[in-house]
Amino acid sequence: MPFAIPNYNVAIPEMFVLGMACLVLIVDLFLTERSRTVTYLLSQATMVGAAVLTLTTYSQEVVLAFSGTFVRDAMGDVLKAFIYLSAFIVFLYAKPYLQARKLFKGEFYVLGLFGVLGMMVLVSAHSLLTVYLGLELLALSLYAMVALQRDSIFASESAMKYFILGALASGMLLYGMSMLYGATGSLDLGEISREVATTKMELVMVFGLVFIVVGLAFKLGAVPFHMWMPDVYQGAPTAVTLYIASAPKIAAFAMVIRLLNDGLYGLHMHWQDMLVILAILSMAVGNIFAIAQFNLKRMLAYSTIAHMGYLLLGILTGSGDGYAAAMFYTLSYALMSLGGFGMIILLSRAGFEADRLDDFKGLNERSPWYAFMMLILMFSMAGVPPFLGFWAKVSVLRELIHVDMTWLAIVAVVFSIIGAFYYLRIVKLMYFDKAEDNSEIKQDLDLHVALSANSLGILVLGIMPGPLMALCASAIGVM
Amino acid sequence: MIQLSDYLIVSAILFGLSVAGIFLNRKNMIILLMSIELMLLAVNINFIAFSYYLGDTAGQVFVFFILTVAAAEAAIGLAILVVLFRNRRTINVQDMDSLKG
Repeated sequence: MPFAIPNYNVAIPEMFVLGMACLVLIVDLFLTERSRTVTYLLSQATMVGAAVLTLTTYSQEVVLAFSGTFVRDAMGDVLKAFIYLSAFIVFLYAKPYLQARKLFKGEFYVLGLFGVLGMMVLVSAHSLLTVYLGLELLALSLYAMVALQRDSIFASESAMKYFILGALASGMLLYGMSMLYGATGSLDLGEISREVATTKMELVMVFGLVFIVVGLAFKLGAVPFHMWMPDVYQGAPTAVTLYIASAPKIAAFAMVIRLLNDGLYGLHMHWQDMLVILAILSMAVGNIFAIAQFNLKRMLAYSTIAHMGYLLLGILTGSGDGYAAAMFYTLSYALMSLGGFGMIILLSRAGFEADRLDDFKGLNERSPWYAFMMLILMFSMAGVPPFLGFWAKVSVLRELIHVDMTWLAIVAVVFSIIGAFYYLRIVKLMYFDKAEDNSEIKQDLDLHVALSANSLGILVLGIMPGPLMALCASAIGVM
Repeated sequence: MIQLSDYLIVSAILFGLSVAGIFLNRKNMIILLMSIELMLLAVNINFIAFSYYLGDTAGQVFVFFILTVAAAEAAIGLAILVVLFRNRRTINVQDMDSLKG
């Protein structure tokens, strides 16, 4: 076999992020505490640069590279663009929080950039090997980020829980992959999908599929593999929770599509049943347990679990339209959760986390503008029209009805009504209760601007959801 | 002659032991880390056995990657363990209950 030079062009954004992450790592060594802003600016420049590199070469065609282990397609490019956007917003929101807690260190940014790189590899994976490597690069960065606040009992405990359960999930996923490799004789997802269509070893494949679905459910945080989420969301510093709750969900969506659709579509009838169970349980447990929470971060963790249930509803339809709806859901969810955790950061200050529900009491007296912003976010998460979250739920439910699963759509609506209670409770606390603490909200100007833009963006996208929906549909390839 | 199924059974037993180790262990957190390593090694046996019987080297390459990632994972796990011990002066699994709701 002659030596062929791989087509490096397709991976230029990845190489750029890798190079910049290493650069940030080295530059940060030579900076004093006061000039640490340089690290921050370099990280932001990396995200902007990567976005430019990805979007200027955006095209609809599918290109395989590196012996078929890496794929560049429209879905990957759109998801990557949103990953850069999420990471950019996370770095922006996190800065005042980190500065107030003496956590403003290079490590946060280096780990954040390596996490982004892991997500990019995961999004572009076309082989079991690249799926695994991207996933681990992301997960290892996240474990370390959760433990970043070294003197906090809660942060270190939640990091340990996250690590143990995350490693268990990777082990399950790997065991499933090994079975799949044994049954198909290949690690390449295209090869696997051809083998699945003609196989006689269906039993071995379904056995592997079970482990793969368990691993995916762990990473998504779907019930009954959700145990880590509330603890990690609550225990980690809010800046890190913000990171975990946004961009990795986009990457997890890509991982599910790559493995279950690109690789194992031939087993659709098997994984559909598994995802139905996961989705119903996630919606039920997420929405019902969230009612009992008094910690906002923990409540949002249960709300994430419920949202992952709705996301799975779109994926389990197994149709292109269903994937487009699920992708739309993921992107809207990432925007909403950025806003939600951003509000917690906005209200917090040194020595005060603002993560209890009571801390939002009477926000309307303190700042009518931010009470309104939080109202938009909560209504959107609950799925009230005309906000973005409503369209996300509608599009997923519509695709369910298209594949004749109306009963499941009805179940989803029922749980969504139950879920509306705890979102509206926050609105009630903000508008109808007396404030416990009347101190002024003091934060940097860029946080104010970005958070307002984030919330208003959800309102605007809710009034005009067409372009984003069309983008998702064209990225998945259904028009 | 050792059959493919023999390897698969050994690896399934090791995998089961490691999962049981994670869920049944109530004492020491280091045992959890050992269980995780055992789990990855069970997967490695699977990959090597399949790779040998299929006559395809990709599985063995995958094993090298798993070994490397496992080393990185162990390093991070032990680092978190040290941070945890400094904060709480215990690595007993049952004491990890300060987060509730």
